[in-house]
Amino acid sequence: MAPPPPPLLEVRDLKVSFNTEDGVVRAVDGVSFTLGQGEVLGIVGESGSGKSVTMMSVLRLINDPNAVFEGEVLYKGRNVMDLPEDRMREVRGGEIAMIFQDPMTSLNPVYRVADQIAEAILTHRAIGKAAARTRAVDLLRQVGISQPERRADDFPHQFSGGMRQRAMIAMALANDPDILIADEPTTALDVTIQAQILDLIARLKDEFASAVILITHDLGVVAGIADRIGVMYAGRLVEFGGKRDLFYDPQHPYTWGLLGSIPRLDRPKQDRLHSIAGMPPSLIDPPAGCRFRPRCPHAFDRCETEPALEVRGGGARHLDRCWLDPESKRAVRDRTIRGESAAA
Amino acid sequence: MSAFGEPLVEVEDLVTHFPIREGLLGRQVAAVHAVDGVTFSVREGETLGLVGESGCGKSTLGRTIVRLLEPTSGDVRFQGRSIAHLRARELRPLRREMQMVFQDPYASLNPRKRIGSIIASPMKIHGAADARERRRRVQDLLDVVGLSPEHYNRYPHEFSGGQRQRIGVARALALRPKLVVADEPVSALDVSIQSQMLNLLEDLQEEFHLTYIFIAHDLGVVRHVSDRIAVIYLGKLVELSPAAELYERPIMPYTEALLSAVPIPDPDLSDQRERIVLQGDVPSPIDPPPGCRFHPRCRYRTDVCAAVEPPLVDYGGGHLAACHHPLGVDDETLARVRRAAPLTDAASRASP
Repeated sequence: MAPPPPPLLEVRDLKVSFNTEDGVVRAVDGVSFTLGQGEVLGIVGESGSGKSVTMMSVLRLINDPNAVFEGEVLYKGRNVMDLPEDRMREVRGGEIAMIFQDPMTSLNPVYRVADQIAEAILTHRAIGKAAARTRAVDLLRQVGISQPERRADDFPHQFSGGMRQRAMIAMALANDPDILIADEPTTALDVTIQAQILDLIARLKDEFASAVILITHDLGVVAGIADRIGVMYAGRLVEFGGKRDLFYDPQHPYTWGLLGSIPRLDRPKQDRLHSIAGMPPSLIDPPAGCRFRPRCPHAFDRCETEPALEVRGGGARHLDRCWLDPESKRAVRDRTIRGESAAA
Repeated sequence: MSAFGEPLVEVEDLVTHFPIREGLLGRQVAAVHAVDGVTFSVREGETLGLVGESGCGKSTLGRTIVRLLEPTSGDVRFQGRSIAHLRARELRPLRREMQMVFQDPYASLNPRKRIGSIIASPMKIHGAADARERRRRVQDLLDVVGLSPEHYNRYPHEFSGGQRQRIGVARALALRPKLVVADEPVSALDVSIQSQMLNLLEDLQEEFHLTYIFIAHDLGVVRHVSDRIAVIYLGKLVELSPAAELYERPIMPYTEALLSAVPIPDPDLSDQRERIVLQGDVPSPIDPPPGCRFHPRCRYRTDVCAAVEPPLVDYGGGHLAACHHPLGVDDETLARVRRAAPLTDAASRASP
């Protein structure tokens, strides 16, 4: 019997640290997850939680000489970390593509939009310039730029923010990548434009059959589009599971805090918002044990040793890092999300 | 709105245009219509939310109200007194009464000054107290905004974004203002820190009897803090309503679309609800569309929308909207409103 095919992408115990004057910053500290064909994975966390560093490491985009990497990133079964740079260049943009938060700074201001997209095509394919341009115009049409023949020769400053993000997406899709990594793709955009871009990503996922990793700080953004969601805190995944698990049966108090902190339009207005007390910890000297312990209203003795990311109170593929037993979780969870059980 | 006091700020037909000049002589060739005829008032103790997409003019409106900008025409009255064209010297005593909190906690604090001196500077400028008294007050303020008095001698870079924003708030409160215009005060902050900040702003409002003009693009945040909400589109006030009412019964299709675009952190609700995805971007404020400025993106538009600008009319209960095809308004109300504000004048000008 043949072994089951490996997942499209598997990250195993990834650790990324940066040596700085102040000490070693453990930006990513043991992150593992898998991504299947055509799947949309949402990675949620606040600034500094390590979500961007994780994904940039997958593409080996961090070339800081002070960065130290450990662990494995298996793309179709091969460890990306060991690939020679020229092979990596084929993967990057060809098989795994990335779009960034700020469409203003990710496009080169002195080149025409179509030329930048064509360059991405020519880097990976042996086709003529004319053919590359035709494909660039085609892609602009597919991502919803009106009059693409005419707009193709515009410079980035002639595009609005939403159009620039569309152009970035067109560039990322230029080589039919297996994986599209989108790092806060809508954070710089207005809600109406955000809705357009999220629709576009959902539609393109089907048309291009790409798997998508969507990094965001906004649980609302992943509620619509993701299949599975990982929540990161202080360099670690603290909860990982299917979308419904995460929203309807969240297991980790940090996830509850995030859910409770959002002023929600779908619920009656609260008197007070739940807020997570304190600030995220320093990654140079993180607290011993559970990293959320100093801010957690439910912390107890056992939290001084760190729980592993494993199936606990949730469903079969629902992992979390929290010692609370499922019974007491259920008892305090809704109150925490509603903001009634405030932290000290 | 009986719970609130007298009108503190009255804005009347306020226009702020930025001229675009060209050529050697700097002849004005066009203008950015940033704020284009906005009228509303804010009562003492009230929080008015200003929402709209980027470039709609909400920040310019806020800055014009506190007279960081001089309006092109129209009037701003503060406690009944017109301040629209006061000179800098005449404005100075009023500056104590109105303060601003800015969006970017990294850009709004001087990196070379200590926290103590940043928060004390408004008092120093206005000669509000002697050095010892200032120091005491700064330490009080640090405590009030949830920082420690020991932070007095630190520099901004030693603080996180959320803490810096608290410093900005402390500075705004140093002169005990009546009005605080907060321009996207939480949009640069993480959600968990954002909720701390919103709770703090609420506490401070109660403690210091503040009136807020709260500018934001996040409709969830705005609903949470506001008593009333003004929706701005391309320099125009298109809807003004008590906060809860706006979310339950938007009248203007733009508001409806804005609300439907807000992502909801609940997968089932998110799947069920109808999302209205607006086509295209906000048009240029240099050459705004004729008639209703929203008509090129509106799914209910008819010919009249392109020809005649809809007036802002009261649909009852302090709910105002400017639309030819108001949503969820019964015929009776519509007839009453149309009688009160006939379109004939504008219509006759618009039709050939």
